Amino acid sequence: MTTHTPRDEQDASTIISEAASKGTLLSLAGQGTKATMGRPNQTDASISSSALSGITLYEPAELVISARSGTPVSEVVRTLAAKGQELPFEPMDYRPLLGARGEPTIGAVAAMNISGPRRIMAGAARDSLIGVRFVNGRGEAVKSGGRVMKNVTGLDLVKLMAGSWGTLGFLTEVTFKVLPKAERMATLVIRGLKDSKAIDALSQALGSPFDVTGAAHIPARDRQGASTLIRLEGFSVSVDYRLNELRRLLKRFGPSDILEGKGAQALWQSVRDATILTEQNDRAVWRVSTAPTKGPDFTARVAQSLDAQWFYDWGGGLLWISTPLEGDAGASALREATREFGGHATLVRAPAEIRSAVDVFEPQADALMTLTRGIKTSFDPNGILNPGRMYAGV
Amino acid sequence: MTIAFPKPDEAVLARRREIVEGLGRLVAPEALIISEDERRAFETDGLTAYRQMPLAVVLPSSTQEVSAILRFCNERGVKVVPRGAGTSLCGGAIPQEDAIVLGVAKMNRILDLNFENRTAKVQSGITNLGISQAVSHEGFFYAPDPSSQLACTIAGNIAMNSGGAHCLKYGVTTNNLLGVTMVLLDGTVVEIGGDHLDSAGYDLLGLICGSEGQLGVVTEATVRILRAAEGARPALLGFEKVEDAGACVAAIIGAGIIPVALEYMDKPAIQICEAFAHAGYPLDVEAMLIIEVEGSDQEIDDMLRRIVAIAEPFKPKTMKVSQSEAESAAIWKGRKSAFGATGRVADYICMDGTIPTGQLPHVLNRIDEIVKSYGLGVANVFHAGDGNLHPLVMFNTNVPGEMEKAEKAGEDILRLCVEVGGCLTGEHGVGIEKRDLMTYQFNAADLEQQMRVRGVFDPRWLLNPAKVFPLEGRLAA
Repeated sequence: MTTHTPRDEQDASTIISEAASKGTLLSLAGQGTKATMGRPNQTDASISSSALSGITLYEPAELVISARSGTPVSEVVRTLAAKGQELPFEPMDYRPLLGARGEPTIGAVAAMNISGPRRIMAGAARDSLIGVRFVNGRGEAVKSGGRVMKNVTGLDLVKLMAGSWGTLGFLTEVTFKVLPKAERMATLVIRGLKDSKAIDALSQALGSPFDVTGAAHIPARDRQGASTLIRLEGFSVSVDYRLNELRRLLKRFGPSDILEGKGAQALWQSVRDATILTEQNDRAVWRVSTAPTKGPDFTARVAQSLDAQWFYDWGGGLLWISTPLEGDAGASALREATREFGGHATLVRAPAEIRSAVDVFEPQADALMTLTRGIKTSFDPNGILNPGRMYAGV
Repeated sequence: MTIAFPKPDEAVLARRREIVEGLGRLVAPEALIISEDERRAFETDGLTAYRQMPLAVVLPSSTQEVSAILRFCNERGVKVVPRGAGTSLCGGAIPQEDAIVLGVAKMNRILDLNFENRTAKVQSGITNLGISQAVSHEGFFYAPDPSSQLACTIAGNIAMNSGGAHCLKYGVTTNNLLGVTMVLLDGTVVEIGGDHLDSAGYDLLGLICGSEGQLGVVTEATVRILRAAEGARPALLGFEKVEDAGACVAAIIGAGIIPVALEYMDKPAIQICEAFAHAGYPLDVEAMLIIEVEGSDQEIDDMLRRIVAIAEPFKPKTMKVSQSEAESAAIWKGRKSAFGATGRVADYICMDGTIPTGQLPHVLNRIDEIVKSYGLGVANVFHAGDGNLHPLVMFNTNVPGEMEKAEKAGEDILRLCVEVGGCLTGEHGVGIEKRDLMTYQFNAADLEQQMRVRGVFDPRWLLNPAKVFPLEGRLAA
């Protein structure tokens, strides 16, 4: 299979125009670290952003960075760190979960709207994404947004590109709003709480004036007891003050420890990357977004019919659930739960046969599906860009 | 008066009676406004220089009524201009003669408050401030705070993706919206998102925010509510040189401090606002910053100390930290009344471009030159943290030709914003005001892609059709 590696936007435009005229179906990729996610699809060739690399603009005082889409995330993170800044949304690294190698690219972070624990406080990748350049399925180079953080000029196609998994266009350059890295991070840990009690504690913390930047709950597993994590970041004096206040506020949930330094960082990384679930590689992994207080009911419902394991991020609103790799890998139980409690579930890890057989993304109501198909056609009339990666026929 | 309206569709005008009768069968009599006198209240919005009398005005009370009205208009090819409170500064809600106005202001109830999940579900005609007021007893608030928050509706906020003075920390509407109930032109009711983060599938919520009423009519919304900080206090810093104020902003952000608000005013703006609000603004400086930080008293003191230390090298002529609630209120009263206070001394048009903040001194000098070249004056207030400028170009309506000059100067300023890497509008929207300037920022491929997306929702250009896109070069379905 041919892999195209355009050197610039013009190149990408030529490749895609030609594919459009011949009806050549294209897979879109960076370095392919997330190739095993989404619906498996049949394509004739692929187009990779691997030769589109490099930071094109970085103005620390303006809190903005632009990079060509194939730039490794690690390079962006390093460049920002050198000036004491970071990507506010703390993008997850899917490699450990998927057992993938290679360098994740910044284009994929945009295209898949990849966020982490700080999403509850600082927004998702799509909230920090302020500009994109892409080539649509007609081969036209299109821009939307720009490099300024307040911009309401015209329809916000930036948001449509975020989370469209390469089905609407091939990103060539992305621009993100960034933030200063906090001087200090500290985590309050409460042990031994049952799920519903833990989510109650997290809701209290998130409903406090103390700007919690991470709120996760890891239920008891193996020989380890449950731990409920509440993260604070900021200037050191402020972190001290807020830790004290939070402890006082959450007193009724029992004693708490404070975790700082490398151990705490590693813990949040395992929450971010969902590696808490990866100890058993022979299980499917689902990612569910629902209202925080519905999280415990959701998991309890799923556990009625499945041998499920799980943990909570986003104050209870993000569920990572692992299920046995049997039958539909739990799809019908998960879908039933999303219908009952609201939200949506995505099958993140499963063999291709299962991802072909079940809906990987939450099925949508007919009227929304009609809009989805219409939008796909408006960007990619011949249906050549990552066809079927999200939904059949899209 | 340089902005054109499309020629009204004579066939629709001729059918006015039939259309009004049809609408009358869909809503209660008091929800349909037909008489010329009463329709006049809806002929303009915040861009009062432009007026168009609508065919009729209908003020539905439910999603079902909105659905019936849109289906009726779609079947009969009648244009619809959606309206919240009509506070748009860019003419986003200005009607046209062959269109009906569909106002959502009667649908203004709170539907559900959930403090544990930190969400509020509301009907879309509720005011922006109405949401904050409904949750303030628990110490919560709704973050985006446009200056018009007393009057503007959440429907309008969604349509324009409204911002405010505190969006540096809390984001704009699109960052605070979780779900909507929206009625499509054919009457279909869709639910997008819900009470969870990140809606499924394509980010339709993100697309709807800022779509200026061209994709559908939002009737209900679920928004995030936040717990308010323990306290907030502003400081005033006055500088002799514009460059120093700009460099000070860069230094504060460079030191890792993101104030909750960072507002800039130039000398004319300071003088106008001080005369109105008696806020204690320094009158002998060229530029002034209002920097607000949040937290406990101790945290605020610590942060303001840091800011004052960072500012020292830029030799501020005035440095004043608010010592009381009353003083803080006065400082904000001055800034928030900038538009109203300017309106007392002159007619003005308010621009809304955004620029990369590093370009600030250059842009302010150029704005001064541009406005002077038209023989007019300008006062500048803007959100310094994010580069969103609000130059108020002042003129006298009674002098023939001055308004046209002001509009020309405004156009030149917006062109400048785009040239330095910014955009035409940061938070007010395109509406009719900047519709014909879109080609400054976008090329044909950019605009056509936007229009194709628009076409998915409204292939015949019936929803708010005279807005956003230049009248020339529109794509048919």
